[in-house]
Order: sequence, then structure tokens, then C-alpha cells
Amino acid sequence: MFDGYTSSELMSIFAMQGFAGLSLFSVFVLMALGLAIIFGQMGVINMAHGEFMILGAYTTYLTSGFFQSYLPSLFGGYFFVAMVLAFLICAALGAFVEWLMIRRLYHRPLDTLLATWGLSLIMQQAYRSIFGAREVGVDLPEWMMGAIQVTDLVELPINGLFVMIIALSIAVGVYFLMYRSGYGKKVRAVVQNRPMAEAVGINSAGIDRATFALGCGIAGVAGAAFTMIGSTGPSSGQAYIVDTFLVVVFGGAQSLIGTIVSAFGISQAQSTMEFFLSGSMAKVLTLLVVVGILMLRPEGLMALKVRR
Amino acid sequence: MKSSSPLKWFATREGLYFVALAVLLVVLLPLALDPFRLNMVGKYLTYAFVAIGLVMCWGKAGILSLGQGVFFGLGGYCMAMFLKLEASTPEATAIQSTPGIPDFMDWNQLTELPWFWEPFHSFSFTLLAVIGVPVLLAFVIGFAMFTRRVGGVYFAIITQAIAAILTILIIGQQGYTGGVNGITDLQTLNGWDIRTDEARTILYFVCVGMLFLCLFVARLVQNRKLGRILVAMNAQENRVRFSGYDVAAFKIFVFCLAAAFAGVGGAMFTLIVGFMSPSFIGIVASIEMVIFCALGGRLSILGAVYGALLVNAAKSGFSESFPELWPFAMGALFIGVVLAFPNGLAGLYQTYVMPLEDKIFKRNKGAQLEAKPAEKAAEPKPTAEKTPDYDPMIDSYSPEKS
Repeated sequence: MFDGYTSSELMSIFAMQGFAGLSLFSVFVLMALGLAIIFGQMGVINMAHGEFMILGAYTTYLTSGFFQSYLPSLFGGYFFVAMVLAFLICAALGAFVEWLMIRRLYHRPLDTLLATWGLSLIMQQAYRSIFGAREVGVDLPEWMMGAIQVTDLVELPINGLFVMIIALSIAVGVYFLMYRSGYGKKVRAVVQNRPMAEAVGINSAGIDRATFALGCGIAGVAGAAFTMIGSTGPSSGQAYIVDTFLVVVFGGAQSLIGTIVSAFGISQAQSTMEFFLSGSMAKVLTLLVVVGILMLRPEGLMALKVRR
Repeated sequence: MKSSSPLKWFATREGLYFVALAVLLVVLLPLALDPFRLNMVGKYLTYAFVAIGLVMCWGKAGILSLGQGVFFGLGGYCMAMFLKLEASTPEATAIQSTPGIPDFMDWNQLTELPWFWEPFHSFSFTLLAVIGVPVLLAFVIGFAMFTRRVGGVYFAIITQAIAAILTILIIGQQGYTGGVNGITDLQTLNGWDIRTDEARTILYFVCVGMLFLCLFVARLVQNRKLGRILVAMNAQENRVRFSGYDVAAFKIFVFCLAAAFAGVGGAMFTLIVGFMSPSFIGIVASIEMVIFCALGGRLSILGAVYGALLVNAAKSGFSESFPELWPFAMGALFIGVVLAFPNGLAGLYQTYVMPLEDKIFKRNKGAQLEAKPAEKAAEPKPTAEKTPDYDPMIDSYSPEKS
């Protein structure tokens, strides 16, 4: 598969594809972080996660439209407003959904899966009715356009870099929230031993709701970032959901580092192979390898050892 | 449970339900519907095979597979490959640059039949493959997962990933599989034209026959000790394991059984609809199959048949008049079934209709005694306050008689 390329060409190909993989990596990390928090905390699979992400993307789309019409002078900064808005809206909806249905289903994880799938169908159709079936894109602010020329064969687009920076800073933020804050301590206490956590006075139902809202909010930010590198349609979220689940499961459900490592591995493998094989075969091969590894090592790459 | 004479069984309550379904499918629907509609009902029924498999696998044994579309598709593709080869005789495909291979291969510049298509010239091999291929894959997946005690949500996600893989593979390998269009333009089965109204009606009855065969197999399994162990495994897996049963073996068995049912359903689907395409096997299609089972009642094999019929009929009804409303209805159905009536139609029937039946028919005491515990167990209790740690399946639905 490497025939006909000189070694320097191969290096450039790897660098280019590696960078293309990095923007996929950013999307995976952003989506998987929210999912991993929810899954790790409550064992709940949120099938509507992709739709929460798309909600964030549409929020960004609307915000950019608003800035274009009313505040054109501030257009360069609209993205940051959109990010905050996306987080708030998605988190609020997440808390509502948790209150409405998830909290009744904690002891039936498989049923949660089905219920959230139903939610995702409804959300998708709602987007289709409101925004139309066509994909929409946002105008990038000027400072985000263009690319940085590294060598004459390798160039890095600025929007991709920016999204990656967002992904990594959110990952760091989540790390601090989970491992360095009082809230994180409570979350981890509930994950490790719910009855004992309740016994020492932690409001586990409140923690659940906050965590679900946080996960959905991060999905919203993911959606905001996603608009920088791709266009948004009603079913764009579904396209990523299976990969994201695999990222989370592959990384080991309760390990944030594992999630990031597996997001990196999967996205890099996929984009590097994409250059040499057709896109669909690259994806098939990547997924097959991941599923294969999961069959041999079902607990994922970095499993948290919890006594159950 | 098994009465001495098979005829007597038809007079029991369970037997009567089977008879009622048979009357509906064999007498009422064929009389009431024109051949086109009947053909559509036949298509819905092919999904009932999958739903029955899911009742055994998910309802009884607690293994939720979101990849049943894979097995449905494999069965369907096996049958479609045979039919396609039969339709692609050198005479019929004389205008192609390579006569004698399926048209889509010719379009994709293939010059000879791929090796895995060769055996599908034989009808008996095809029949074997319709069940064999799905079961083999289910065995491999099941063996890898269940012996390592992977279950629950993980299993669901991995089966979903497998559905994604298969769909991408089929769409990507257009020359070998027909790509996104699938395998179309199927004409004859061993020289018998399957496209006429008459043939479609006959295929409908064949489908109903196969469905009852599957129902009886499922009933046989659920009424044996085997079925009791499956249910016990769902409720208290470790206790079953500590009692000396090989839990993984039972799980592999029931997963393979569900795959076999789905494969048969897929093959019937190809025959009845006349083509097979990746859109029937992907993630969305696979998860919809779960709702057929959930709506009918995840513990009732007969309920699964009604569930498949109702959801699909509603789907075509909505799609004809209000296509944009269908996803809302479907989503609400998913949420409603899970939150409001986890035992589905069968559960509602048990709670509300069965007592009426008892009153009306004044059934003999034996039957009443038999019905009572089932009613009690079926009382809705989804919001019951339970200690929320430990085994998630513990509280759920009554694993009692379906």
C-alpha cells in the first residue's frame, strides 16, 4: 500500500493526514467527553447525544446570523458568544430531559438507550421542520480563515487548529472539574459507591442531573466547534454517534485519559488509512479493529478498577 | 405445560391465542386485502421473525442486540444473491461486456464472479446459508463477548457497531454487493416468477407458515427448562452461574437462535419484496426492530408479531399521508413504551383484557389459577422505589408467563 511513494512524500502524507485526523480527533474528543461523563457517571447511554451536538451547531448558526445582521462590527467574536449559548441551551435541555425521563430509568440502562433513541428521532425531525433538510454552514470570521504553511507540502488550516485547541482546553477543564473540584469529588464518590455516597450526605439525584446537563452542555460546545470545520444538517449527529460510542467504550468507560487516547488512536488510524484506501474501507477496517480489540479486552484500554 | 394430545392444546388459552393469530393471518387478512396490500403485510411479517428472536434474546435472556438487522440482512442477501445469479443468465445479460454476471458487477468493471458468489448457484446451499451465515456470525460474536462476560450496554453498542460496519462495507464494495442500491431486479426462484400477484400471495402464505414454525420453536424453547434458565439468567445471572450452569453457553445459544430467526425473516423479505438493500440492515433499521418487539411486549412471542404488524402498518400509513410526522410518532413510541408500559401490548392485554375474558367465559378453575399470578406480576411498577445500585435488571418486568 505504500508502493510508489518516496519516503519524504510518505512523511508529508502522514503529516497531512495526521492533521486531518486531528480535526476528526477534536470532534471525537468533544463528543466523547460529554458521553463519557454521562456514561461513566450513571451507566446511561445517551443515544441523543449527537442531536444535542447538532443543537449546539444550530445555536451557533443562529448566533452567527444574528451577529451578521445586528452586530457586524463584533462578528469576529461571535463564536465565543455562540459557544457559551450552546453550552447553556444544551445543558438546560439536558437537565429537562433528565428530569422528564432519564431519572425514571436509572435501573434499566437498556431502556434508557431506547428512550433516548426515541428522543433523538424527535429532535432530528424537529430540526428538519425548523431548519429544513438542507445542511447549513456558518461564515467563519476572518481571523479563522487561511492556513499556516509549515513546509511546502504541509499546511495547517487555522480553523482546524482552533477547534483542536477548544477540544483540548475543554478536556483539561473537565479534568480539573472531575479531579480537582468538590463537585468532581462527589461525582466520583457516587460512581464508586452510590449508597455510601448518599449515606455521607451527597445528593446523588442532584449530582446525576448536574452531570447529565454537563455532558449535554459539552455536546453543545462540540456542536459549536463542529460548525467551524463542517456544515450542519439534521442528521449530522447520527453520523458520529456510533464512532463516539466506540471511542468511549474503547477508552474504558470511566477513564477520561482513556477516552482521549482512544479518540486519538481511532481518528488517526481512520484518516491515515483513508489516504491509501477508499474512505469506506478505512472506516470499516478501523471499526473492525476496534470491535476486535474490544472482544479481546472488553473493559477497554484504561479501565477503572471498581469493585461492584 | 405440554398436554398429552396436541389437539387439546388448541383449547387452552395459549392455544386459542395462536389460533386467533392464525385466523387473522390466514383467513381474515387475505380476504380483506388486495394482493398489493397483502404483499405489504407479508413484508411486515418478515420483521416479526426478527421480533420473535428479540423476545427470546432481549425479553427473556436480557441481551439487547442492536444489530439484528445484520442477521436479517445476511439472510436476505444470501437469498438475493441466489435470485440474482438466477436472473443473470448469459442470455439475459448478453448486452454486458461480461455476460453471465450480475449487472452491477458489470457496471463496476468486474470481469468474473467473485469467489463468495459461486456457491450461491446452488439452491440447497442458499437455504443452508440463509440460516447458517447469520448463526455463524452470531456464534463468533456471542462466543467472543459472552465468554468474557460482556453484556448489557456494552454488548448493545458493539452489535450496533457491527451493524454500522456491515452497512458501510456493503455500500463501499459496490462491485461485489450492489452498493447502496442493493441487489435489485430479482425475477425467478428456480424458474418460478416471484413477481406475479399469484406468486406473491403464495409467498405470503409461505411466510405465514414459516412464522408459525418459528413461533412454535420459540414456544418450545420458552416452555422448557431452557427457557426458565434464560429468564433466571436475566434476573440473577450470578445465582444461575453459581448453580452450575454455563451462562455463556445459554447466551450464545439464544443469540444464535435470534440470529437464525432474523436470517429466515430476511430471506422471506427478499422473496416478498423482490430486492434487498443496505437500508434495511443499518443502525436505524436495526434499532427499529427492537421497537417492534418492545411494543408487542418484550416477553410475548405472539405480542412481537402484533408489534411488528402494527408499527409497520402505522409507518406506511403515516408515510403515505404525513411523512414529516412519522419520526415524531416513532420517537414518542420509543419513549412511551419504555416509560409508560414496559410490558408492551401483551402486558396491557394481560392486565386489562384477560380479567374480562375470565369473567365472560367463566373459565374453569385451573385456567383461573393459572392466570392469576400472571396478572399480579404484570401490574405496572416502573416507578417503584428500589435501591438503585446493583443489578439493573432486578426489578424490571415480570418474567412470568407471556
